[in-house]
Amino acid sequence: MGKVVVVTSGKGGVGKTTSTAALGAAVAKTGKKVALVDFDVGLRNLDLIMGAERRVVFDLVNVIQGTAKLSQALIRDKRVDTLFLLPASQTRDKDALTEEGVGEVIDKLRSVFDYVFCDSPAGIERGAQLAMRFADEAVIVTNPEVSSVRDSDRIIGLLDARTMRAEQGEQIAKHVLVTRYDAGRAARGEMLSIDDVLEILSVPLLGIIPESQDVLRASNLGSPVTLSEPLNSAAKAYIEAARRLEGEELPVIVPFERKGFLDRLLGRRAA
Amino acid sequence: MNLLDIFKRRSSAPVARERLQVLLAYERRNRSQPDLVSILREEIMAVIAKHVQIDQDYLQVSMERGETMSTLEIDIQIPNKSPAPMAIAG
Repeated sequence: MGKVVVVTSGKGGVGKTTSTAALGAAVAKTGKKVALVDFDVGLRNLDLIMGAERRVVFDLVNVIQGTAKLSQALIRDKRVDTLFLLPASQTRDKDALTEEGVGEVIDKLRSVFDYVFCDSPAGIERGAQLAMRFADEAVIVTNPEVSSVRDSDRIIGLLDARTMRAEQGEQIAKHVLVTRYDAGRAARGEMLSIDDVLEILSVPLLGIIPESQDVLRASNLGSPVTLSEPLNSAAKAYIEAARRLEGEELPVIVPFERKGFLDRLLGRRAA
Repeated sequence: MNLLDIFKRRSSAPVARERLQVLLAYERRNRSQPDLVSILREEIMAVIAKHVQIDQDYLQVSMERGETMSTLEIDIQIPNKSPAPMAIAG
């Protein structure tokens, strides 16, 4: 039985979709069978980040409504052959997903794949709750920024109350993934530190993804950063986060900024 | 005051941390009571509806939390008469 991981956050724009793609690709590269499921019905973006936007024929809503088979809707990645994508629909009907339907699809995926990553829509509404409903584990994507941390706290509350596991009295494993971390700003006390975030949310850390232009470039090119530039610092951080997700015990090193004398004097950013 | 401090901007992260801690402490406390007001509202409506017909809009339930005491305010407007019987067409 595969593991179902929801990638979620309260606030939008923190990097859920990018992180889903990067983590999923990193796990798939180790030979595990991975399915990425886009739950953002109405907006959908995982297909674009994965570079599969022109290959979408059927989607999650088709599968749930029975107009397509799961095998017809799954798109195999062209770079990693154990990586699959189940795209979201662009339908405007917000109620296109039913709880029973989602449950059936997740069960089928769980029986075939080692990992099922669910890319949640932003917010705390129905869509986000359906994405987390059947998850075994949750990756909470957070920026070191007040509004993002606050909304993450809200999501953690929902994970502990509204998931199937929580209702059955079990715990859902939770991890915080801090993205867009700027070591320089943190050093200058302009950005919440990792310790602050962890202390406030009291959820274990999965990884710290440094702010990097390569992440944007990877999105532009339609390739997860862990595949297109695996040696980049952000990609390395994602690959390590993926290994921790698989149970490996790796210490997390907080990125620091190397500054020269002149930079320090002028308070400039080194990067 | 260190002379170097003039060149440094005051760091904002500690302020952010404190604001968050206060805010989340408050929000978490309220979250444990799952929307008590709306549950009360529905149940009060159901009880009244057994006897009198009232409109959703005429029932106001609000709760104010104070330091030592909280108040629950319920405002129900019950129409004086039941709607006038329909005229029977002759």
